[in-house]
Amino acid sequence: MIRYIGKRLLQMIPVVVCVAILIFTIMYFVPGDPAEIILGVTATTQEKEAVRESLGLNQPYVVRLADFLRDTFLRFDLGTSYIDGTSVLKNIMARLPYTLIISVGSMAFAMVVGIILGTIAALNQNGIADRLCMILALIGVSMPGFWLALMLVIWLALQHNILPSYGAGSIKHFIMPWIAAALPELARLARQARSSMLEVIHSDFVTTAKAKGVKKWNVVFKHELPNAMIPIITTIGAGLAHGMGGALVIESVFSIPGLGLYITNSINNRDYPAVQGTIVFFSIVFSVIMLLVDLAYAAVDPRIKAAFSGSAQKRKKVKAAVSEEKENGGER
Amino acid sequence: MMSTGNNELLSVKNLQVVYTSDGVPIHAVNGVTFSLEKGKTLGLVGETGAGKTSIAKAILGVLPEFSTKSCAGEICFQGTDLLSLKERQMAEMRGRDIAMIFQDPMTALNPVMTVGDQIAEGIRIHNKVGKKKAREMAEAMLEMVGIPAGRYKDYPHQFSGGMKQRVVIAIALSCRPTLLLADEPTTALDVTIQAQVLEMIVKLRDEMGMSMIMITHDLGVVAEVCDYVAVVYAGEVVEYGTLSEIYHNPAHPYTQGLFGALPDISVETERLHSIQGMPPDPSHLPEGCKFAPRCPHATDACRSGEVGLENCGGTHTCRCLRAKEEG
Repeated sequence: MIRYIGKRLLQMIPVVVCVAILIFTIMYFVPGDPAEIILGVTATTQEKEAVRESLGLNQPYVVRLADFLRDTFLRFDLGTSYIDGTSVLKNIMARLPYTLIISVGSMAFAMVVGIILGTIAALNQNGIADRLCMILALIGVSMPGFWLALMLVIWLALQHNILPSYGAGSIKHFIMPWIAAALPELARLARQARSSMLEVIHSDFVTTAKAKGVKKWNVVFKHELPNAMIPIITTIGAGLAHGMGGALVIESVFSIPGLGLYITNSINNRDYPAVQGTIVFFSIVFSVIMLLVDLAYAAVDPRIKAAFSGSAQKRKKVKAAVSEEKENGGER
Repeated sequence: MMSTGNNELLSVKNLQVVYTSDGVPIHAVNGVTFSLEKGKTLGLVGETGAGKTSIAKAILGVLPEFSTKSCAGEICFQGTDLLSLKERQMAEMRGRDIAMIFQDPMTALNPVMTVGDQIAEGIRIHNKVGKKKAREMAEAMLEMVGIPAGRYKDYPHQFSGGMKQRVVIAIALSCRPTLLLADEPTTALDVTIQAQVLEMIVKLRDEMGMSMIMITHDLGVVAEVCDYVAVVYAGEVVEYGTLSEIYHNPAHPYTQGLFGALPDISVETERLHSIQGMPPDPSHLPEGCKFAPRCPHATDACRSGEVGLENCGGTHTCRCLRAKEEG
């Protein structure tokens, strides 16, 4: 298992490097002059030249790419902002907690409510509860997050003045972002939970469990849900990745100083190092989420766990067999 | 409650099970009546889809929730009508008084739970013992069905089909039930394993003094383990009697056809005999005798009215108008 994790971590390196090369290339060819961004439109040609010289912007593409990759991956330096000269990495770290609070918080909310709704729907297949849950899910899936966020602001902040409409000072500030970010994921999860529960409910082993005299809710929690978890975990993983992206919108609506707002502002200001750095950071976060999802699979399903830890052993066996064959061949 | 007086353990009266598929009613069991004495074994014989498994699931109260439209009649077990019990009371009896061995061991075990825990689960529910004691008892059950106790922590995917079926048997027997329902326990297994598993079931049945309902389409199995035989066709018992009554003197044309389909090793044949035609569609059952469309002796009388079970001597009963004239 540890071998498998190590292997997956190593596999992350080429992925992240590719993302870094891609985002650097895109930013390089995007029209716009960093020197002008730094100095403003009033700067003279000489001043711009001087800035280009000092930042190495007049170097050819390949040299600049190599510099960028070396700084990023060997010195763990994501560069400094063109706008205010602060360290990009420090900025990211300062904003990360807000994004984490929103994405993890909303996902936890979506997970608990979504799985419960989906399970209730599946257990009452074609009944009233099922129909209600699925109508709610349909509304949730089809409602854009930003629209819901704006409606919440109008309703809860402007009309009833219950919650603050923007900022990130207290837990109260996070309630609306949580709801707005969670609802689409919650709906997706409810639908997924329903369909995979329905598949499991009709399995033979559920009948076996009932035949043992296991009570209804124990059948649900001990036998049905654990077997329905795999597709649900996939949806949760996708939801977490979505949530990071959704933060872009949600944080803008609620003016929460997280990574989403940071990257939107950086794009608007053409703050190239900030955009590049944040994207590379996001790619690492996504890779880790995907690894966690796969590990969660192994945790709920012993067959997958066996496949993960078994692949190394199998390869060893094959290698041994091959080398044995070679020896035999040599003897002949 | 029931004044049977004798040592009758189970009596099923006029059991009817109707499934529904896209709104179309499917009559799986149509008025099945039989009884079983303590310590005896009844064989339910019939083709696939004859309703044998539905009978067993109805007795245990584990018919599929969503597709079952109705389950009516009377199932008396030790004087209690099981169909009138509340789900909570029924759950208490399941596994403790009545247990079931399922047909397909490949799908009957929970793939994400260790086999040991699956055995211990039932033990903990019914014996009110702690985790540790339940584990010990489950390990003893594993040993009893011939699996080393050291494999307690293994998962079903690490077991072969035959071993999985042993686990299924261990689960069923873990609380020493009074009545064991064995639903084609050897059908999904390799021929070489079938005999082993069957022998084990019979041995444990005798050791624990259980009554058993053996569901099978294998007449050889019936001959080996059963005291009584009920031949089931299209959701009805068409013939019932002791093992020797049925085997030496089959009265119903369907039963005769079943025996006719057995290959005889002393005669050289190119093709095996079979009963012409197919079992009727349970959503459109024929009027009168359900076997009439396939029966070589059928007359117009067979196709018009309901055919009742007629006594043909001893405990032997048969649902055929022409059985007596045939002799």
